[in-house]
Amino acid sequence: MAIFRVKIFSLFERFWHWLQMLLILVLLITGFGLHGFHNLMSFRTAVTLHTGAALTLLLLWAFSVFWLFTTRSWRHFIPTWQGMWGVLRFYAYGIFKGERHPYRKAYWRKHNPLQALAYLMLKIVLFPAIWITGLLYLFYFAWRNLPDAPLWLGAIAQVHTAAAFLILAFVFIHVYILTTGHSFRDHVMPMVTGFDKVDLSPEEEAYLRKDQPEDIR
Amino acid sequence: MLAAFLSVPQVQARDGWPTPPINPDRRAQLSGPLQGGTADHAKFPELQGPFATGSDVTKACLGCHTETGKHFMKNIHWTWSYVNPDTGQQLGKRYLVNNFCTNSRGNEGMCAQCHAGYGWKDESFDFSDETKIDCLVCHETTGNYYKTPNSPGNAACSVMFADRPPIDLAASAKSVDLPQRENCGTCHFYGGGGDNVKHGDLSSALKEPPRTLDVHMGVDGLNFACTACHVTNRHIWAGSRYHVISKDTEGTGQPGMRPDVATCESCHGLAPHPVNSLANFKLNDHIQSVACQACHIPEFARGGVATIVNWDWRTSGKTRDGEGYHEEGYIQGNGEHRYTYKSIKGDFTYDENVIPEYAWFDGQMRYTTIDTEFDPNAEFIEINGFSGSREDRESRIWPFKRMHTWQPYDKGRGTLVYTNLWGEDETAYWGNYDMNAAIAKGMADFGLDYSGDFGFIETLSWWPITHMVAPKESALACRDCHQPKNSRMASVEGIYLPGRDHNHWLDIIGTLLVGGTLAGIIIHSLVRIFSPKGEQE
Repeated sequence: MAIFRVKIFSLFERFWHWLQMLLILVLLITGFGLHGFHNLMSFRTAVTLHTGAALTLLLLWAFSVFWLFTTRSWRHFIPTWQGMWGVLRFYAYGIFKGERHPYRKAYWRKHNPLQALAYLMLKIVLFPAIWITGLLYLFYFAWRNLPDAPLWLGAIAQVHTAAAFLILAFVFIHVYILTTGHSFRDHVMPMVTGFDKVDLSPEEEAYLRKDQPEDIR
Repeated sequence: MLAAFLSVPQVQARDGWPTPPINPDRRAQLSGPLQGGTADHAKFPELQGPFATGSDVTKACLGCHTETGKHFMKNIHWTWSYVNPDTGQQLGKRYLVNNFCTNSRGNEGMCAQCHAGYGWKDESFDFSDETKIDCLVCHETTGNYYKTPNSPGNAACSVMFADRPPIDLAASAKSVDLPQRENCGTCHFYGGGGDNVKHGDLSSALKEPPRTLDVHMGVDGLNFACTACHVTNRHIWAGSRYHVISKDTEGTGQPGMRPDVATCESCHGLAPHPVNSLANFKLNDHIQSVACQACHIPEFARGGVATIVNWDWRTSGKTRDGEGYHEEGYIQGNGEHRYTYKSIKGDFTYDENVIPEYAWFDGQMRYTTIDTEFDPNAEFIEINGFSGSREDRESRIWPFKRMHTWQPYDKGRGTLVYTNLWGEDETAYWGNYDMNAAIAKGMADFGLDYSGDFGFIETLSWWPITHMVAPKESALACRDCHQPKNSRMASVEGIYLPGRDHNHWLDIIGTLLVGGTLAGIIIHSLVRIFSPKGEQE
C-alpha cells in the first residue's frame, strides 16, 4: 500500500457538491426568513427563491441518485463500524495532542466511517424529511380540502423546520471539520480539483496506471 | 437611510404603473357595456315641464317607461324590506335596529329622506302607488336636486333644512341619465347620519376619487359608476349586504351571463393574478381562503373622510340653557371638522385610514332584531353576528369595519328598542331629550311591549369592507400577514399561517441545538489552539 494523488471526485460529483452547497445556503437563509427569524428580504422574494432553489435541488438530487447507482458510488456510503472508534477518539482527544488523523482514504472508501455515516444519515433521513415535507407544503393547494388539513400542515411545517435546524447544525460541523488536520485549503481543494491522497493497493495502482492514467499523479 | 433613499425612485415608478390604464379623459362614468344612448331626454316634450311636484316628473317617466314602476317596486330601495331566504328572518331598514341612529321605524319622517320615493312619513304610506317613486334621486345629473324630511319634526331639528334653493324639477327631468356615483352617494355615502359614518368604505371622497383611493372608480383610471359592478336587471341590483356571497365559485361565467352578482370574481375570474411568476401562482391559491378585499383594501376610510367607530348614546340629552348643542372635536384628512358630540345623539369617536378586522365569513349575517331576546350580561350584543370557519367551503377571510355603540335597550325584557327620535310631539327624543318617553312611544306605536325600564348596552355591528379597492401596487405585501408579530391575521383561527405560526418549543430546541453546535465548535477549537502541539503527521 502506498499513498498517491488520485482523482476521487469526478466532475459531476464536484458540480453536485458545490451547487448543492449554494442551494442549501439559499434555502437556509430564505427558509429562516420565511419562518420569521429575519427580514433580510421581502416574503415574496423569499418564497420565490426558496421554492426555486428547492425545485432545482430536487432535480440535482434526481441526477445524483442516478449517478450514485450507475457508477456504483453508493458503496462509499455503506455504514461500517470498522475504524469508527479511532475517528471518534481522534476528534475527542487525539486532535488536541496533535495526533494524525487515523483514517487513510482508500480508492473504494473515500470517506472515513464517521463521515460515511453522517452523509448517509443526511441522505436517507434529513434530506428526505425536508424534501418530502417541503413538497407537501408546496402542494398544499392540492390537499387543502382534506379533513384537518391545517393541522397536518402545522405538523409538516414542524418536521420541515426541525430538519432545517439539524441541517444548519450539520453545515457548521461540516465546515468546522475542514479546519482540522493540515489546513482548511487542503480539505477544500480535493472538492475543487478532484484529486486527494489515497492509499492504493498495488493492484489498484496498476489498474489506474494502465486504464485511467489521467486519474493518478 | 439607504433604504429611504432608494425607495424614492421606486415610488415614482409605481405611480406610473400602467394598469389600469391612466386615462386623463374626463369621459362620462362607465356604467356597463351599453354605451351611446339612443335618446336625448332633454328633447322629450314630456320633460319640458313645468312640474309642480316630483311625482309629476315620475308620471312623465312612467308614460314611456311603462313597466319600470312594477319592476322598481320590487326592489329593496323601495320596499326597505328583505326576508332572508335561508333563515326566514325579516330584515330590511323598515324593521331593523342598528347601532347608529338605532331605528328608522317610526322615524320615517326623517329617515325616509333616503327612501327612493316621495312622502313616506308614517305607516299610511302607499307602497303600491307608482307615482310615489322618486326617479330623479337616482337619475338626475344637475346636482341641484335634494330631498328634505317628509315630516317637519321638532323645531330644534327642522331648522337644519331651511333656506335651501328651490329645485328646478324641469331641469332635473331633462338631465336624466344612468346613475352617477354622486346619485348613489346621496344616500349611500351619508348612511348613519353623516359622511362615511356608517360603512367606512363609502364616502363623499368617492364622488371624484383618484385611482389611488379606488382603482375602479378613479377619475384618472377606469371611472366606473357604481352600476358598472352593481349591475341592474329590471331595477334589481347585484350585490347584497343581507346575503353576501363571500366566496364566488362561478367566476366570470359566459359572456352576457351572471348579471346578478357583484363579486370581484364576476369580472376578474377565479385565478385573477396572471400566472407569470411563482409568487402569483401562490397568490391564486389564496383565493380559496382569502377574500380579494382582504389584501386589496389595505385600509378603509381613506381619502380624507373619517368614519365613526364608537358611538355613546349614554351621554346624549345634555342641554345648555334648555337647548341641545353640538361640539366639533375632530378634523379629518380633508380638513373638515366633524361633530364629536351632539345632544340628540351622544358622543362619537372617528377614525381614518383604518386597518380592518379580519375574520372567517360565510356571507350569512344573523341579525339581532327587535324581537330577539338576549342576555343583557353578555359582553357585547352583536347587531349582525356572523359565522364562518376554515372548514366551511363557503367561507373566506374577510375584512370588516367594527362598529361599537352604547345604545338604549329594554332592561326588563332584554331586547333592543325602537326609539321615537323624529316627530313633532313631546315624546320625540330629538328636541325633548326624554329617553324613556321616546322608547315608550317608539314601542307602543308598533304594539310592542316595553317594561318601562331602559338601560344602555354595548352593541357591535360588522360591515364587510368591499369598496376603496387600492391599485395593485398598494395591496398588502405577503409579510403584512406572514409575520410572527403584528400579523394582520393575528386573530384568525383555524389555519397554519407560515411566518405567523411557530411551535415555540421547536424554535427554542432548534436554536439551542444550533447555538450549542457553535459553542461546541468554539470550545473544541480553543482546546485545539491551546493544546501542546505534538507530532503533526
